[in-house]
Amino acid sequence: MGEADDSLTSERVVFVTVGTTCFDSLVRAVDTQDVKEALFKKGYTHLVIQMGRGTYIPSKSSGEDGSICVDYFTFSSSIAEFLKSASLVISHAGSGSIFETLRLRKPLIVVVNEDLMDNHQSELAEELAERKHLFCARPQTLYETISTMDLDSVVAYEAGDATPVANFINRFLGFTDE
Amino acid sequence: MGDQDCCFLYDMGFLNVAILLIIGASTLIAIRILYVIYGSKTLHNRPPGPLSTLIVLGSGGHTAEMLNLLAVMQMDRFKPRYYIAAATDNMSLQKARVLEDSLMEKTGVGMIGTAHFMQIYRSREVGQSYVTSVGTTLIALTHALWLMIKIRPQVILCNGPGTCIPLCAIAFFFKVFGIRWSSIFYVESIARVKKLSLSGWLLYKLRMADQLFVQWSQLKSKYPRANYVGRLM
Repeated sequence: MGEADDSLTSERVVFVTVGTTCFDSLVRAVDTQDVKEALFKKGYTHLVIQMGRGTYIPSKSSGEDGSICVDYFTFSSSIAEFLKSASLVISHAGSGSIFETLRLRKPLIVVVNEDLMDNHQSELAEELAERKHLFCARPQTLYETISTMDLDSVVAYEAGDATPVANFINRFLGFTDE
Repeated sequence: MGDQDCCFLYDMGFLNVAILLIIGASTLIAIRILYVIYGSKTLHNRPPGPLSTLIVLGSGGHTAEMLNLLAVMQMDRFKPRYYIAAATDNMSLQKARVLEDSLMEKTGVGMIGTAHFMQIYRSREVGQSYVTSVGTTLIALTHALWLMIKIRPQVILCNGPGTCIPLCAIAFFFKVFGIRWSSIFYVESIARVKKLSLSGWLLYKLRMADQLFVQWSQLKSKYPRANYVGRLM
């Protein structure tokens, strides 16, 4: 993957992350021709997949044949760098990935893993999708979500604040200064 | 027949006393438990000075939320600080160290003796069989008890998942038997919008947490004793 500096301006990277999980159905969905074409049509030039513990290996592509350029890896200590350089993030529903991406104000599609036994994670993704901070999809609806998503409709996420909890704890313990 | 009954009752005298003692003791313990649960809310005879604090780091998103909270707390009030993470989680303590390092830079005070980092065995790993988990649960409980005897914290901050349950249960036991009085705070994860997690639910239902915080108003209406504090992340 020749990443020359002058190409940075025209590069639009889609970063797919599954965290430390195994989420083959997402990697497989991203690797379909439909999804790759939809992303390319939307103007994205590169697709980088962090596949975690998954066993499904996506097909690499240099993108020379006029399609999206695809690369993948399992784990990296610099996920934050990938998130920063991405123009679109497609993530598993872990709260860590979700809030890290939202804080960077990157467009985000959260894909819920329906194979998980305790699937409480869809709660958060659906709540945040309702508030228009992100798009929520299932592996089988990813193509549809990508082709119909309107990035202008996204409402920027205002970071939360932990001070009410800290104040509450202080009051409860009898620390008085406020 | 009547004679026999009398003898029998006479022989049972000792047993009766024992039974009465047991009833008396369990009544006292029950009263003490009620006091720990309901009386604690108004207790403010805190000794002056900082409080030793146990911080249970859950892993991944849980740890991130906890560190977010610690970042806005007046840390000079909560020391020494004991960080506990699962033995299989090697990221959380590292992140806590980064936080402590940045604190040290800010205040210029050395963290020697202020921050301690410990690992705890988990009772059950994902996918472990239930037969072997009986043994590992016992080991985990013993280990938790050993750590709690060493730390005897005055404040416990936790936010799930299950790692914090044995520690909180032991802390509650310490309170009931007057070994150590601690205030237990549980912050439910932001990922829980409609239902408490198992850990949160247990601490809520068994009234082990002195204060339980939720980050979504939907949860407050479902669990009225919880405190709604808005999003931490």
